[in-house]
Amino acid sequence: MRKALEGSQAIAQTVALCRPQVVAAYPITPQTHIVENIAKLVADGKMQCELVSVESEFSAASLVLGAACAGSRTYTASASQGILLMSEVLYNIAGLRVPMVMTCANRAISAPLSIWNDQQDSMAVRDAGWIQLYCADNQEAVDTTIQAYRIAEKTELPVMVCVDGFTLTHTLEPIDLPEQEMVDNYLPKFNFKRVLDPANPISIGTLVTPDFYSEVRHTHHHALLNALAEIEQANLDWQKVSGRSAGGLLSVDGPENAHIGILTIGSIYGTLSEARDESNDLPATKLIKLRAYRPFPAKALRHACAGLTDLIVLERALSPGFGGIISSEVQAELASMKKIPRVHSFAVGLGGRDIPLSIFRTLHQKINVTDPQPFSIIDVELEKLPAEDFGIDEVNHA
Amino acid sequence: MIEIRIHGRGGQGNVVAAYLLATTAINEGWHAQAFPAFGAERRGAPVIAFVRINHQPIKRRCQVESPDFLIIQDEALMNISGITDGLKSDGCILLNSAKSCEQYAAEHHAGNINHVLNKNLITLPATQLAQQYLGRPVPNTALLSAFLSLTGILTHDALIQSFKERFSGNVLDKNIDLINAAEHTIPANLWKTTANA
Repeated sequence: MRKALEGSQAIAQTVALCRPQVVAAYPITPQTHIVENIAKLVADGKMQCELVSVESEFSAASLVLGAACAGSRTYTASASQGILLMSEVLYNIAGLRVPMVMTCANRAISAPLSIWNDQQDSMAVRDAGWIQLYCADNQEAVDTTIQAYRIAEKTELPVMVCVDGFTLTHTLEPIDLPEQEMVDNYLPKFNFKRVLDPANPISIGTLVTPDFYSEVRHTHHHALLNALAEIEQANLDWQKVSGRSAGGLLSVDGPENAHIGILTIGSIYGTLSEARDESNDLPATKLIKLRAYRPFPAKALRHACAGLTDLIVLERALSPGFGGIISSEVQAELASMKKIPRVHSFAVGLGGRDIPLSIFRTLHQKINVTDPQPFSIIDVELEKLPAEDFGIDEVNHA
Repeated sequence: MIEIRIHGRGGQGNVVAAYLLATTAINEGWHAQAFPAFGAERRGAPVIAFVRINHQPIKRRCQVESPDFLIIQDEALMNISGITDGLKSDGCILLNSAKSCEQYAAEHHAGNINHVLNKNLITLPATQLAQQYLGRPVPNTALLSAFLSLTGILTHDALIQSFKERFSGNVLDKNIDLINAAEHTIPANLWKTTANA
C-alpha cells in the first residue's frame, strides 16, 4: 500500500516486517529516527523482538554478533563515527561468517565535525568483508532491506544497506510497504547452521595459525564473489512477488548508442536522471547506478560500459592523497576491455553540500577536454581558501 | 511541479509542516516529497524545509532553488539576507505576522517586499491563532490551513486526515479546530493560478 513515510520510518517498519529477534543500536544522527521508530514499534507491541539499549556502537555490534551466533535474526544501524567505533566488530562479524543486516545512514566523518551526508563512513569499512548495497531512493531502501536478510542468510555473510543520511533518511515520500505475508513467504525462518548451542558445543573465533589463515581469507573472498549471483537472484525473486526491482548488481538507463556514461552510487541518481531529461541539448548519456559495491560487479560493469568513450565516476567520498576510491576500482576492472572508455573521476556532495540539477551540465563541461584530468572534488570554492591551500594543479596553472 | 520552501526556527514545527503538506498531497493522489535542511540542531536556530508536489514521480533530491511559494513562520526571518532568494517572479509569500498586509507593506519598502504591492505577500497572525486554539505559539498548523485556502489544490479534509495519521486525542482535536478557523481567514484561491502554473 502506497503511504507517505519518512525514509527512517519506512526502514524501521520494513525491519519489523523482517521479524528480527534481537535489535541493538546506539543513536547517532542521521540514523536516530530509524532506532526511535523501532523502539516505538516495540513499545506499542507491533514488533516482537528483544530491543537492547547499549552504551556504544561497539556494544551494539558486539551484542548483535553474540545474538546472531546464538541463532537469532538480528539488526543494527549506525552512521559515521558510530561505524568507525564498531569497525573492529564489523570485521569480526564478517570474518566469523555471521549473517545479519545493518543500515548505514551515510554521513561524513570527523574532523571537521559534520552531521551531513557523504559516504566516507561505509567506504572506511569497505574491506571489512561485508556485502554493501547502496540505495537510490527510499523504496529501494525498503526493498533492499528485505532482500538483504535473504542474501545474508543464504551466503552467511553480513549485509550493510547504505542509505544517504538526511537525503533519504529524512525525506518523506510515497512508499509502497509490502504486506507481512509477502515478506514471510519471501524470507524463510532463519536457521543458522553453526549456532552456539550448549547441547551441541562448537568453538568459533579461535586462533588461526599461519597454516590456515590464508585458506580462511581465500574462502571469505570467494564467498563474497559468489554472493554476486545471490544478490541478483534475491532481487529477481523479490521482483516476482512485489513487482519491483531494487536494481540487482547495477542498473543502466539511457540510450543504447550513448557514448558518455555516468556511474553513480546512492541517492544522487534521481537528480542526475531528472537533469538529463531536461538537457536535450547535451550528448546522449547512460546512467549507471551501482547498487552492489561489495562484492564488486566487474563483469556487469564491463557490460554496462561497452560502447562508451567516456565514463564519469561520481562518488561521495575520497581517498585523500590518492583520489577516487570507486573510480580506481572501475579503471582496474575496465582495463581488460578491448575499447576502454576514458575514466573521469570526481567526488561531489561532500559533508552535505547540495548537489543541484546543474551538476549534469557541469560534468559534461568538465569532460570536454583532450585528456582526462586528475581526480578532483567538484564545487570547491577556492576564494574561501588561502592561496597556499589552492592545490598543486591550480598553482601550476596560475 | 510546485516547489515550496518553508522558513522557520527550530521548535516551530518546520519539518512537521513540510511532512504534513507532502502527506496531504500524497493522500490526494499526487506525488510529493518533503525534507529538511538542518543547520545546527537547536531550538531557535533558523531552519529550512522543502516540499515538492507534482503529478509525476519526483526524482530530484536537490534543495529547492527557485520556489513557487515561501512559507515564513517568523516575521523576523524576513530581515535575514537571502530569505527570498530564487523565488519565482510570480512567486508568493505566506508570512506569519500580526500586521495586516497593508500595514506590513507600509512599514517595508525594501527589495523583497515588492511582493506586498502586487498581493503576492499575504500575512496571517498564525502565532496568535495558535495561542488561541492550542495554547502554544506554534504557527505551522494555521499557516498550512491558510496555504491550502490560498492555493486551492488540496482539500482541508485531506489536511485533517494527515493530522489524524500523526496526532491523536486532545492535540488532534485542537489542531482540527485551528485548521477550520484558519481556513476562512484568507481569500480562497488567490494563488490558484500560480499553483496551477
